[in-house]
Amino acid sequence: MLKGHQTWVFESKPTIIASSAVGGPKEAAGALAEDFDVLHSDIWLGQDSFEKAERKFLEDACEKAIEKSGYKKEDIQFFLSGDLINQIVPSSFAARTLGIPYLGVFGACSSSMQGLALASMMIDGGFATKVLAAASSHNAAAEKQFRYPTEYGAQKPPTAQWTVTGAGAALVANEGQGPRVTSATIGRVIDLGISDPFNMGAAMAPAGVDTIKAHFRDLNIDPSYYDIIATGDLGAVGHRIAGDLLIEDGMDIPKEIFTDCGLLIYKEEQQVFAGASGCAASATVTYGHFLNRMRKGELKKILIVATGALLSPMSYQQKESIPCVAHAVSIEM
Amino acid sequence: MSKKQYKKLTPEQQEYQIFAKDREPQRPIVKNCFKAFFVGGIICTIGQALQIVYIKYFDFTEKTAGSPTSATLIIISILLTGFGIYDDIAQWAGAGTAVPVTGFANTISSAAIEHRSEGYVLGVGGNMFKIAGPVIVYGVFSAFVVALIKIIIKELGVI
Amino acid sequence: MEKFIWAFVIGGGICVIGQILMDGFRLTPAHTMTSLVVAGAVLGGMGLYDPLIKFAGAGASVPICSFGNSLFKGAMMEYELHGIIGVLTGIFEITSAGISAAIIFGFIASLIFKSKG
Repeated sequence: MLKGHQTWVFESKPTIIASSAVGGPKEAAGALAEDFDVLHSDIWLGQDSFEKAERKFLEDACEKAIEKSGYKKEDIQFFLSGDLINQIVPSSFAARTLGIPYLGVFGACSSSMQGLALASMMIDGGFATKVLAAASSHNAAAEKQFRYPTEYGAQKPPTAQWTVTGAGAALVANEGQGPRVTSATIGRVIDLGISDPFNMGAAMAPAGVDTIKAHFRDLNIDPSYYDIIATGDLGAVGHRIAGDLLIEDGMDIPKEIFTDCGLLIYKEEQQVFAGASGCAASATVTYGHFLNRMRKGELKKILIVATGALLSPMSYQQKESIPCVAHAVSIEM
Repeated sequence: MSKKQYKKLTPEQQEYQIFAKDREPQRPIVKNCFKAFFVGGIICTIGQALQIVYIKYFDFTEKTAGSPTSATLIIISILLTGFGIYDDIAQWAGAGTAVPVTGFANTISSAAIEHRSEGYVLGVGGNMFKIAGPVIVYGVFSAFVVALIKIIIKELGVI
Repeated sequence: MEKFIWAFVIGGGICVIGQILMDGFRLTPAHTMTSLVVAGAVLGGMGLYDPLIKFAGAGASVPICSFGNSLFKGAMMEYELHGIIGVLTGIFEITSAGISAAIIFGFIASLIFKSKG
């Protein structure tokens, strides 16, 4: 049901009956390693290209989520997935393996929540009984496509972020036990002129803020409604900017509630500059860490605001700035 | 961002540029310059030592020793790139590794190694000069223009 | 001994110029290297780069700007011998070793090494 201008309220509260988080070596050494279902010791996974390896990470996450649900692939009606690679190839090829009717989504790093919002809408609207929503990213594949070859000696500035190598998947259903998706706010594309691909946080923060404000405006509630409000991957720079922008607009979200997936996933000593980024940042932290905490009873209501930078390697060369979007999904126990 | 780009922004965007810049961790320029000076200096000193070796033991002269020295430094950089060490040194040293010819070799070898997954012809062959290409194109073109200018000046009898 | 000191100082100094271009002027590494190469060609044309090499040795010949100077010198050398066509035939004369080594060993590296990520 539409509430306000751009928010969907899911009356039937679709349930996330299973979720999974898969990561690589850096995630295994990170702060949330316990909340990953599978942790791989290298980023190649026996494949001969980074892009093929990313597909394997995604297939792993999907298969794990399906396995944990107790259902079979054939029981799932639709598969929604997105990633950062050109033409979302890892997602399409994973869909080939899974054989489930497929809708590719692209929201850059906001793909995880974009997929979850659409999956929940399909369930709530009676258009499906089980939908699998997933997202992935791969550090080396992203660096190769957007920035420089991985062995290239370019000095990264302190605003740079580290793309997470991994994938997260959630199986949403119209029945069963688990955390339930209650609403989703679809974001507008916001571009405040940042054009530096090594400073995504500053580019994405305004989009995150716009969606957060829209969510609370549409639902007519207060940030204190939630136990956690987490942005996807704004990182240290973007998260601070977002916080300041919100305060300027009269919305002061308490520090205990307001956090960022990109800041949680790694440890300080892993030297990831401004923090983690990539579709898998919000996907693995939400589908692993946060949902685990909800299942344990530690959290009752969370809002995940995944932010994405909608640039391409070519748009940057053509001197375009970076338009961004953020999608928010609320999950309640 | 260039002045030209800044002028194209709306007032709201211009305001945000300043807002974001205030909250951006500053690049440690002075520290980076010291590190670049130190590592760049060391690489050039190694180059100097190599030159002396080539002159003393391999019959090169002061004029001709530059070539084998460059070639040696290039091979060393490529090895370091292959072993995955170069990018870690470069993160610390910045321009100290990028400005000497070692940086040039690193761009070529890192691109070649990375794109092997796209095949040897189109991948390695086609992408090798991804970052080094501009250096060669503009080096050649500027040398050409400067040479022409110098020749014209000479022919006109000014020099 | 003195040669080593100047090699270190001048070489380091040119790298500092590069660092300022990268951090201060926010140029990408490719733009920085390109600027230095063009500067080398221009300084070579003005007759200023060779004296610098004589003074600082490897401190001037190892940085990428020396590449621009060598391209210019190669063109001029062939011009002296063969006239205007020499500008085209001579450009890569001196830099051949560097470029060939980079291509050959870069290719060999792609045969042997794998990205570490």
